[in-house]
Amino acid sequence: MLSKASNTLNRLSSKKPLKYTLYLSAVIIFFALILIPPIIGILTKVGSLERIADNPELMNTALGAIGASFIIGLVVAALDLLAGVPLAWLITRGKSRWLTVLDTLADLPFVVPTAALGYSLLLFWSSSGGISDLFGQPFISPGWLLVMVLHFTFSFPVVVRVVVGAMLDYKMEYERASRTLGAPPLTASRTVTFPIIKPSLIAAYTLAFARSLSETGATFIVAAGVFLNGPVFMQTVSNQFKSGTITQGTYEGATVFASLILIVASLIIFVLIRVVGQRLKLPFGHGLPTFEKKISYKTGAWTRNSIALAVFLFIVLIPSMFVALPAFQAIATGNTLVEAFTGAGIWASFWQSLTLSYGLAAVVTVLGIALGLPMAILISRKTFGKWLSTILDTLINIPIIVPSIALGVSLKFFWSNVSGVPEFLLLVFAHLAITYPYFVRSMSAAMERINVDMEEAAKTLGAKPLTVFRTIVWPITKYSILSGAIIVLTRSVSETGATLAVATKLQTAPVLIVNWVNSVRGTIAPIEGVTPLTVGLACGLLILFSFLVLLVLRLLTRKEKL
Amino acid sequence: MPEVKVVNVVKKYGKLYALDHVSLTIHDQEYFSLLGPSGCGKTTLLRLIAGLIDPDGGEIYIGNRRVDKDPPEDRDIGFVFQTFALFPHMTAWSNVLYGPKVKNYDAKQAETIGHEVLELVKLNERLNAYPSELSGGMMQRIAVARALAAGAKTLLLDEPLGQLDAKVRNDIRYEIRRMAKDLKLTAIHVTHDQAEAMSISDRIAVMKKGKIIQIGTPKELYMHPNSLFVAFFIGESNLVEGYITALEGKTASIELRQGLKINAINERDIKLNERVVLAIRPETCEMKSGHIKVENGLQGKIEKTTFEGTVVRYEVRLINGDRFVISRPSLAEEWVSVGQDVTITYPIEKAHLFPYPENGLSDEISV
Repeated sequence: MLSKASNTLNRLSSKKPLKYTLYLSAVIIFFALILIPPIIGILTKVGSLERIADNPELMNTALGAIGASFIIGLVVAALDLLAGVPLAWLITRGKSRWLTVLDTLADLPFVVPTAALGYSLLLFWSSSGGISDLFGQPFISPGWLLVMVLHFTFSFPVVVRVVVGAMLDYKMEYERASRTLGAPPLTASRTVTFPIIKPSLIAAYTLAFARSLSETGATFIVAAGVFLNGPVFMQTVSNQFKSGTITQGTYEGATVFASLILIVASLIIFVLIRVVGQRLKLPFGHGLPTFEKKISYKTGAWTRNSIALAVFLFIVLIPSMFVALPAFQAIATGNTLVEAFTGAGIWASFWQSLTLSYGLAAVVTVLGIALGLPMAILISRKTFGKWLSTILDTLINIPIIVPSIALGVSLKFFWSNVSGVPEFLLLVFAHLAITYPYFVRSMSAAMERINVDMEEAAKTLGAKPLTVFRTIVWPITKYSILSGAIIVLTRSVSETGATLAVATKLQTAPVLIVNWVNSVRGTIAPIEGVTPLTVGLACGLLILFSFLVLLVLRLLTRKEKL
Repeated sequence: MPEVKVVNVVKKYGKLYALDHVSLTIHDQEYFSLLGPSGCGKTTLLRLIAGLIDPDGGEIYIGNRRVDKDPPEDRDIGFVFQTFALFPHMTAWSNVLYGPKVKNYDAKQAETIGHEVLELVKLNERLNAYPSELSGGMMQRIAVARALAAGAKTLLLDEPLGQLDAKVRNDIRYEIRRMAKDLKLTAIHVTHDQAEAMSISDRIAVMKKGKIIQIGTPKELYMHPNSLFVAFFIGESNLVEGYITALEGKTASIELRQGLKINAINERDIKLNERVVLAIRPETCEMKSGHIKVENGLQGKIEKTTFEGTVVRYEVRLINGDRFVISRPSLAEEWVSVGQDVTITYPIEKAHLFPYPENGLSDEISV
C-alpha cells in the first residue's frame, strides 16, 4: 500500500505542470501571507498620519527615538564586526582542541531568549549582586549605554557565526599565496582574505544591524523608561493607548509614522550598506605592511586573541548567563520552585505562556519548512529563470530588514480589516513573516552547495524527481534543513516586538517576562506575586527549556546524520 | 642566487610519515624536479621549503640561512600554485603588483617591475581583466609573473601545468625553464608527470612513500635506475622474473618460467640461485618474424598492436606465458600483425637486473 502510494507520488513528481503548480503556490503564498499584508496594512492607515502632524512634540520624540535606533544599530554592528572577526579567526585558525568548546559557547547567547537576556544584563551591569557591587553603584545605568551593550551581546553571536562560516568556506590557498609574495599575516588578511570574504562581512554587519533594529522586549527592559528607540517608542505609545493616556487616533498616527520611517529608512540604509560595502576597498597603504609585520606574530597574535576572548567572556557570555544566579537563589529559597512546578499563583500564567510560545514556534517551524522549501529550491535552482530568482531572493530579505515591531503593527492593521481571524493565527502570520526568510536563506544556500551533476546523475539512472530529492538532496541537506528549523524555532520563541504588536489577549513567554520585569522595576503597574526571585526563576526556566529543545534537535540532527 | 638544502626533514600526519627523514641539496640556479606518484610527499616537501607548513624535525636552508622557523614571507621565495591562486578580487595587473606593494616599493618602482616581468612572461594584453576572465594559459603566466615580481630568488612550482591542456602545457613548460634560467633562479618543480620532469629538469628527485628513492639527471635516471621502482616509474619497463642459474664474471644466466633462458649484466652482484627481476625497456628491443633460436631471444606471438604516432606498440605473449611489450618506430619498418610469431632480442647492457623485492614485486612498483 505504502509503496503504491510512493510510486504514485514519484510518478506525479515528474509531471511538469504539477511541479510548477507547487512552485507557483509557494510564490503566491509568500506574496499573499508574508509580503503584501504588511504593505497594505500600513497603507490603509496612512490617513492617520494627520494626527501626528498636529502633535509636533510627539513627532519629534518619534524621530529622536528612530534616529537613536539607527545610530545604535550602525554603531553596534560595527563593534560586533570589530570584536567578532578576531574571535571567528581564533575559532577557525587556532590549533587548540578547546576551540570547539569556544565555538559552541559562542552559540549560547543565541538560545537565550532576548527578554531573559535583557533581564540578565540588567542584573549583571546595573543591579546590586552583579558587577555593580564592585563599584558600590550601577556600573552601567539603564539607558542608552546599557541598550548598546545589550544589542552588542545578542547580535555578537550572529556575526561570529556568519564569519566563522565564511572563513571555513574560504580557500586558504589565497592567503598562502599572499604570504609567499612577502605579506605578513595581517597584511595578507587585510589585502586578500577580507576582500574575498567581504560579502559575508557585509552580510554579518547587515544581520547584526537588523537584529539591533528589530529587538523590542529586552530593549524595553533595559531602557527602563529613560531611553527611547524606535521599537521602545512604539511599545510605549501602545502602553499609553491601553492605559487611556492617548487617543486611538494619536496612537495609530504615531505608530504608522514610526513604522513608515523605520521601514523606509531601513530599506534605504540596507541598500546603502550593500552599495557602499561592495565598493569599499581596503587600501594597500604605503608603509602599513611594515607596521602590520610588527604586530602579526607571537605577541601581537596573543594580545589579539586575548582581547577577543576577554570581550566574548566578559561582555557577552558571563552577562548572558548571569540570570542563572537568581534562578539558583530562587530554587534555594522557600518553596518558589515547588510553586513554579505546581503552577501555583502567577506560575499558571507562566506555563500557559511557555506552552503558547513553543506551540506557536512549532506551528511556525512546520509551516516555514513546508512553504520555504519549494521557495528555496526555486531560488537556488533558478527554476523560473535567473531574473525571477534574483527578484525573489531580494524580496524574501525584506522581512529581515524591516523591524519586527513595525512588521507586527502593519500586519495587525491588515488583519484587523479581516474579521474572524483568531489571535493565535495572527501570531502565526506575524512569526511566519519574521522567520520565513531565515529558513529560505539557509536552505537555498545549502541547495546551492550541492553539485547539480549529482542530481542529474541520479536522473540518468532512472530516478524520478521525488526520488532524487529523497535519496540525494535530503541526505545532503538534511543538516541544513534542521539548522534552518532550529533558527526558526529559536527566533520565534524569542520574538517580542511583533508579538506585542499583534496580540492583545495572548501572552507568549518573552512578553510575560517583559511584563514581570517591568512590574518588578515599577515601570508598569505591579503584578501580584511577581518578585525578583520569580523573574529570575522564570528566565532560568525559559533558558533551560530553550537549551533542552535545542539539545534534542541537535541530537536528532546527529542521529539523522549517522 | 641560493642553494636549497633540506637536512633530515620529517613531517608526520598522525602516525603516517608524509616525509621520512628526507635530505637533499638543490644547487644554485638549478632547475630541479620532485617527481613521484600522488601521496609520495613531493608537495609536502615543497610546502615545507616554502614555509607553508612546519616540519616535525630536520633543518631547511635557503642560501646560507636556516629558514625552517621563518614565516614564508621572509624566505625570498616565489610559489606558483597548482590552482594558480590568483586573487579573484584583483585584476591581472594588480595581482602582478601585489608582491612589490606589500614589500613597500613605491608605486613607480612597482610598476617598472610589473612591466619587466610581464615582458618576461610575454603577456601584455588583458591586464585589466579579472582572473575569472582569463584563459588557463594566461592565468599561468600571471601566476609566474606575480611570483617573479615579488623578487623571488627561489621559484617553487607546485604542479604548475596541471590545470592546462596538453598543447599549452608543452609550450609553457619550456618557457618556465627559460625564465628561471634567464633570471638565474633556483627552481623546484613538483610534478607527477615524468615526461614533463625529464624534459625540463637539470636533475630530478624520484620520491615514493615519503622518501627519496633516487636523485639524478634525467639521463641517469633513465639509463641507470637504482631500483625497480625508478625503472618502472621513469619511462616504461618490462619486468621479467627468474632465477640466476649461472654466473660468469659480470654476466648472469637467468632462467625464466618454463625454462626460457636469457642473459643480463649483474651490476649489483646478486648471488647464484637468487630470485631476480630483469627490467627491459620496450624501445630498446628488436623484433624479428618467426621463432628463431638466438642468444637472449624471447619467442612469442603478437596479441595486440597499437599505433601511437611516432611508435607502434606491440603486446607479445611469450611462449612461457609472460606478457612483454615492445615499441618500434612507426615509419622505419613494416608493421607486424596480430597473431604473428616473433622473436624479441634486447641489448644486455641496457637491461637492468635487480634482486626480487622482499615485499613482492607489485608492492615495489605500486604508485
